[in-house]
Amino acid sequence: MSATEYSVIGTRPIRHDGADKVTGRALYGGDFQIAGLLYGHVLRSPHAHARIVRIDTRKAEALPGVRAVATAADFPPSGDRLVDLGEGQTPLSYIRGNVLASGKVLYKGHAVAAVAAVSAHVAEEAASLIEVDYEPLPCVLTAPEAMKEGAPILHDSLRTKELGEDGGLVSNVAEHFRHVLGDISQGFAQADAVIEREFHTSTVHQGYIEPHNATALWNNDGRVQVWCSTQGAFVVRDTMACILDIPVSQVKVTPMEIGGGFGGKIPVYLEPVAAVLSRKSGRPVKITMPRKDILEGTGPTPGSYIKVRIGASRDGRITAAQAHLAYEAGAYPGAMVGAGAMCVFAAYDIANITIDGYDVVVNKPSTAAYRAPGATNAAFATETVIDELAEKLGIDPIDFRLRNAAKEGTRRADGPKYRRIGCVEVLEAMKSHPHYTAPIEGPNRGRGVAIGFWFNVGLPSSVTLSVNSDGTVNLVEGSTDIGGTRTSIAMQAAEVLGIPAESVHPSVVDTDSIGFTAVTGGSRTTFATGMAACEAAQDAIRQMKERAARLWEVDASSVEFAKGSFRSNGHSCSFQELAGKLGQTGGPIIGRGAVNPRGAGGSFAGAIADVEVDPETGKVNILRFTSVQDVGKAIHPAYVEGQMQGGSAQGIGWGLNEEYYMSAAGAMMNSSLLDYRMPTTLDLPMIDTCIVEVPNPSHPFGVRGVGEANIVPPPAALANAIYRAAGVRLRRLPMKPSAVAEAIWSKNL
Amino acid sequence: MKWFDYVAPRSLGEAFQHLASHPGARFLAGGTDLLVQMRAGRKETDLVIDLKHIPELMELRDSPEGLTLGAAVPCCAIYGDSGISRAYPALAEVANLIGGTQIQSRASIGGNLANAAPSADSIPLLIALGAVCRIASAAGERTMPAEEFCTAPGVNALRSGELLVSLHIPKPGPRSAAQYLRFIPRNEMDIAVAGAGVSLVLDNGTIRSARVALSSVAPTPLFVKAAGDALAGRPAAKESLGTAAELAREAARPITDMRGTPDYRRHLCAVLTRRALEAALAKAKENN
Amino acid sequence: MPMAKVHVQTTINGEAADFLCEPRQSLLECLRDILTLTGTKEGCNDGNCGACTVLLDGRAVTSCLVLGVEAEGRSITTIEGIAGGSGLHPLQQAFLEDAALQCGICTPGFIVAAKALLDQEPHPTEERIRRYLANNLCRCTGYDKIIRAIQHAASQMEEAKA
Repeated sequence: MSATEYSVIGTRPIRHDGADKVTGRALYGGDFQIAGLLYGHVLRSPHAHARIVRIDTRKAEALPGVRAVATAADFPPSGDRLVDLGEGQTPLSYIRGNVLASGKVLYKGHAVAAVAAVSAHVAEEAASLIEVDYEPLPCVLTAPEAMKEGAPILHDSLRTKELGEDGGLVSNVAEHFRHVLGDISQGFAQADAVIEREFHTSTVHQGYIEPHNATALWNNDGRVQVWCSTQGAFVVRDTMACILDIPVSQVKVTPMEIGGGFGGKIPVYLEPVAAVLSRKSGRPVKITMPRKDILEGTGPTPGSYIKVRIGASRDGRITAAQAHLAYEAGAYPGAMVGAGAMCVFAAYDIANITIDGYDVVVNKPSTAAYRAPGATNAAFATETVIDELAEKLGIDPIDFRLRNAAKEGTRRADGPKYRRIGCVEVLEAMKSHPHYTAPIEGPNRGRGVAIGFWFNVGLPSSVTLSVNSDGTVNLVEGSTDIGGTRTSIAMQAAEVLGIPAESVHPSVVDTDSIGFTAVTGGSRTTFATGMAACEAAQDAIRQMKERAARLWEVDASSVEFAKGSFRSNGHSCSFQELAGKLGQTGGPIIGRGAVNPRGAGGSFAGAIADVEVDPETGKVNILRFTSVQDVGKAIHPAYVEGQMQGGSAQGIGWGLNEEYYMSAAGAMMNSSLLDYRMPTTLDLPMIDTCIVEVPNPSHPFGVRGVGEANIVPPPAALANAIYRAAGVRLRRLPMKPSAVAEAIWSKNL
Repeated sequence: MKWFDYVAPRSLGEAFQHLASHPGARFLAGGTDLLVQMRAGRKETDLVIDLKHIPELMELRDSPEGLTLGAAVPCCAIYGDSGISRAYPALAEVANLIGGTQIQSRASIGGNLANAAPSADSIPLLIALGAVCRIASAAGERTMPAEEFCTAPGVNALRSGELLVSLHIPKPGPRSAAQYLRFIPRNEMDIAVAGAGVSLVLDNGTIRSARVALSSVAPTPLFVKAAGDALAGRPAAKESLGTAAELAREAARPITDMRGTPDYRRHLCAVLTRRALEAALAKAKENN
Repeated sequence: MPMAKVHVQTTINGEAADFLCEPRQSLLECLRDILTLTGTKEGCNDGNCGACTVLLDGRAVTSCLVLGVEAEGRSITTIEGIAGGSGLHPLQQAFLEDAALQCGICTPGFIVAAKALLDQEPHPTEERIRRYLANNLCRCTGYDKIIRAIQHAASQMEEAKA
């Protein structure tokens, strides 16, 4: 642990945007108002898979109050252009096609056309007047089905990328890749116990409470302005520019406050549609997505089929591991199976590994990132098999994990060798936690544990920082603040500047007003934008040293700065005093920070869950839950705890009740927040947190991103707890009451 | 939502006039079903008649004969009245079960009944309690037992021009109790996978009479007369209840949907009927 | 019948207010789009998330399931009316001190609903708070810090009274 004493880092100041957010004054995307505003509504496909034969918009256009109608024909043709919006080369036709379908619809809820009108009610009514003739096609809804020969094909042009090469075959498998480490046949031969199991996980949604929204104004000068709720204003800008075929400099995106994202507000859905409607109507257009459309047309995270085989020697050493991961990408390739493969055995030091990953398109909404995307599915499989193996070998499940835990120098199957990581420390913290050492008593009760990993990312961030004459600073950044990052970033600048957190005034600004900044995602914001803030603060200090030198007539290199004071040669001056003298020493000071850091430093998390199972109904009640995570260094511990609790809650929902319940025809039957069962206040206990701090050597304060790893272990921890409570191993998510009850019946047959 | 007009009549007579000129009018009580259904396009109307300003629809009055519960009285008014909560504890409990706090501020038991969802939480209890519906039209009034009110999913027995005015719930006698239990995957804000409403009356050491009704396992809430009848004359002990639970299981006619398979729901009928009867039995023994 | 907007006279956050609306507009739409009281949030528009919670004659309701025209003669409290004068309400202060919000979109609904609870019951148990607020979804926090903040506010309000 770091012995460094900080004055700001590690404290719990009130967040800078707090007063606005508890009084209703904070302006979220949906709150944006502008004179002349029209309201948009998107018409969506009733079919899971169909050819669009004809779209007739005349009746809609004729409805009083309608100002514009748009279809995919209003976008410039995409041809076979490839674009890179931060996730590798992607055909533009996929991105454009998901925003408004052309030729075919690929899932129920796929956007087909849109209307702008004087009110949302008129727009909705007009959308219902658009006539679309469909030629329905057979649909395919799961990865195993879509991979079968003769399955309905979604994209006639999609040929499998087979182990890096064009396989030539048109299929629903966009890609098959493989990671190999050592030799698994040798490894399994050394094993005394081998367990192989199959797992299925349902499609689940990020479930942010704020609907997607976008307001666009295509101005008379050709510039497009957008106000929206997004995890990344620059991604919106760049995607808009690609779809609309205009230069990025012609798009200005203002990120409004955002009401949750979890990865689901990275993709662009409404913004280009609102822009086209604005161009056609000559007025600003706002679209707010109804909840049903959010569930049927955005997000979700992939459902998956996973097979995991792990072997271990009698003394509890894992000798080999093999995984087959088939993830459902939804309508367009990109199922995050690569991330799943990076994480599936990431917590263990194993010499022999083979991992096969399959990115499979199916007739469900195009998937998006969801908090450690791909990792939760994979950990559910691995951590359940690990638990079974520990039981078979007669070893405590935490001891078994400790015996095999990844550490500095461990090589992952996908290539990288770990720098300093905290897997062992997390397991040790779990083992000694009062929750784990407390007895669990009573019938139908059990305790389960699991661990998980997320690798975190760096990516570009920009910060500018201007010094005010009263000794405060204004910090300008491009990272949208979803959970308190204004404060975690401001605190890092404050620490460098030696001033209180409250003396830094952070602003999240539009894409014209700050340098490129990647999305708030990948647990990167406190890490990377925090680094940019440190750099900007240091830049300001460097300039201020020069001012002090000028005042004191000393050499700038002799000026030192520590604990908020400049000193040289008997002179001394506080940050605040010097800030008051900038005018007389050369004018304003602006510090700049622009980073693209590597070494994000992965984070490990663990969960301990106590459950009680009602053996008659199969219902699982959580009695106690603890989340443990290596956070590197907790900048604002309360918000770190909040991330751990929130990730745990989402993992619990995923584990127990959340699912896309699909009809055979590909319709989601539970597309409301009544039937898509996210946990309510009554479904969760208080969630204990245990912060572990193994500093990340790549960050000035040791920060590791904390946003994601915490969602990874809960489903597996719950499965392992249910096993101990009810004697049944659940290998399909969600572990809903009917599934648990049916498993208990089968056991008792 | 398509355009509609809105009226808030102050009397039954005024409401009937609106109804006569707008046969397709929809009644608004709490709106927690109607507005959701209209927004989803499942219902349309040119006129919404708000019932909450008609005195008979807002009546909540206990008397020696029983409770008069106006069809538009919100759930919160029931459990917010301590006298009524004491006299009709199972009813107060179910009023506190429908939706969450905000829904209960608006939703009414009458609306829950008139919406005629197979999964309606209050209806099995109304049946078990022997509730009677008071129905009125410009032509006059009629009454109907709660178990006859729902005729198909979302369809009730009201004829054109008729209105559900109130429910009459007989005063529970001594040594009696009622209970509704439902099974939901979450712990709140959920639709019953199955539910059982029961009532029973004890007579010294035996069960004098009992009523059992189920939700979510048939096209309408289901009165299982045989299950209650089977308990009459049996000893007032847990061991007597299994037969009724089995009869409830046999009576259920569930479908497969996102809430569960038929086997699971039939199983839940037996479990919930037994548990509800156990709870009611324990309470009845306390009620002297 | 002509398609006429309706003139609604009501009280909002203690002050007389009136507005013109279509009968099909929900109270939520009226507050947000007509009166620009955008502190009340839309989450699901079908009563299941609680983000649009306001007080109607002191009772918590989801304003998406109330018609604007039903507000005639009623008294409405929104998040904008919770803080008194210049200071924050103890619930608002506790939400800030206890980090009970992350994205903040559910926060107005939680604070308004929690106020209704504390107005009726100054000392609710954890179980009671959880049951009362089960109609309010939060996807960020897991509720832990929200429940604690409400308990914290309850004790602060008690101290202030003493």
